[in-house]
Amino acid sequence: MAHLRSRPTPAPLPAERPAQTGDVPVVEFRDVSKVYDGGSVGLEHASMRIGRGEFVFLVGPTGCGKSTCIRLLMKELEASSGEILIAGKKFSDIDRSKVPYLRRNIGTVFQDYKLLPNRTVYDNVAYSLEVIGEARQEIRRKVPDILRLVGLSTKLHNFPDELSGGEQQRVSIARAFVNHPPLLLADEPTGNLDPETSIGIMQLIYRINKTGTTVVVATHDKEMVDKMRRRVIELREGRIIRDELSGMYRPDESTTEFAIRLRGELGVGAEGHPN
Amino acid sequence: MTFGFFFKEAIRGLSRNSAPALAAMLTVLLTALVLGVFIPIVQATTGTANEVRDRVVVNVYVADDATEAERRQLAGALEDTANVKSVEFVSKEKGLAEAKRDNPAAFEEGTELLGANPLPDMYKVVPEDPDEVGSIVDRLAPAGADGVREPSLAAIGEVRNKEDDTEKILSATGLVKILTGGLMALLVFASVALVANTLRLSIFARRREVEVMKLVGATNWFIRWPFVIEGVLVGFMGGVLAVLLLTIAKETFIDPLEDRFALLAAPETIDFPLLIVVLLLACIAVSAAGSAITLRRFLRV
Repeated sequence: MAHLRSRPTPAPLPAERPAQTGDVPVVEFRDVSKVYDGGSVGLEHASMRIGRGEFVFLVGPTGCGKSTCIRLLMKELEASSGEILIAGKKFSDIDRSKVPYLRRNIGTVFQDYKLLPNRTVYDNVAYSLEVIGEARQEIRRKVPDILRLVGLSTKLHNFPDELSGGEQQRVSIARAFVNHPPLLLADEPTGNLDPETSIGIMQLIYRINKTGTTVVVATHDKEMVDKMRRRVIELREGRIIRDELSGMYRPDESTTEFAIRLRGELGVGAEGHPN
Repeated sequence: MTFGFFFKEAIRGLSRNSAPALAAMLTVLLTALVLGVFIPIVQATTGTANEVRDRVVVNVYVADDATEAERRQLAGALEDTANVKSVEFVSKEKGLAEAKRDNPAAFEEGTELLGANPLPDMYKVVPEDPDEVGSIVDRLAPAGADGVREPSLAAIGEVRNKEDDTEKILSATGLVKILTGGLMALLVFASVALVANTLRLSIFARRREVEVMKLVGATNWFIRWPFVIEGVLVGFMGGVLAVLLLTIAKETFIDPLEDRFALLAAPETIDFPLLIVVLLLACIAVSAAGSAITLRRFLRV
């Protein structure tokens, strides 16, 4: 059961990723709990460290606290106890009015894309540059560049509702990455997409990771996690129960074990269908 | 970049959300129209009420046997009495002429029969504050212990203020003033509430947009400015349309009537240009402030 303990420090990274500089983790949770107003627990005594350039999957069933982690990291929610640090900066020290500046350093990708419906693809991406006061010339240069990178150079002037789900997600990735933030958070980025499209999206996120951006992906896409073999942090009912360097969605489980679990969860006894 | 950008954003917001924007504009237009019609009406009503109140006077009749010195003393005393706005001397002759004009039949015959002018000289005293007219009467002719009023000066024959008329005028005009004031307050409140509500609906429809803007790191004012400018534009357009309609109505209906009916022009009403400015400013201020305030709820992400 060694894998159930959360590790205090990130393990050395595979050679393909840029070397870590310094030992300040990009993201650090110190015994963080989040209890919602209704009394339901989002996260319970979670501690983890994510180093620069890492690619981390947060996995677990719905309601396990994945999204709570992401929302805490965006300071959309406040932790009930414990301390969250981003690049060594305590969240409790960040004033409410400074939250926008924090978010400019975090790219975000969501299951429902969260694009501005009344703006074109170009304007959606440009907005996140306009927000930080980027010069117009820079915007004109950067936006087509990033859209070419995500493969949407022909859809610059389409509106989001004219795009497929995969294309919309590409726009949101372009928007998240156009500032080159040091941290990219993705909450179920492939949740609404078919497996084929999902691979394309994951490839994009992986490419972004390879430029040195720390990536945290909350997902329940088992296939993707198993194939990519990245660091996996598993959550269950708000607790971190597993933290593996190149893990699977679920620790190895034989077909027989799976069958036992399936029957158990269904409440079907051994006398059920034997196959 | 900044103001131009916010302005462009506002225009974009308006054109991409034209239905709620149109609803908000119409609301502003209608309330401005109602206010534009009611402000002069309320003013005319209170103006008329005030005019009627000015008819409250105290008649001080000069005793027939008063000497010249006594008369002069009386005139001076009247001027010096508190709450007196103006004093007008009405001589016997003038009084008769006025009486004849008001009621020719009675007085033509009456004077012929009497062979002389029966009316005394009189001072018409107009009070500063019609509600306090009693104090003048009390000063000039204090009531004795038996309730009979005794003139305080030798020259005063009698003091009268048409008790019944005065009371009726005061209570009726007072009621009119309170009613119109209440109506006005209600109307203004309803207008503000209506505009605020429409704005809230139009912003509520766009709360997701605000949420996304916050997610990519926009500061509150970065999000708010376009909405405020939208509010200003909506208020301005609604206001201009309302003023236009009011002008057309005034030119076509009120102005031609003005010559024939003195009433419409008589009481002091707000100048039309001033009314326009007030309405426009109110429209803009209410819708801009309304936008900014309603947005507050959605900015707490």
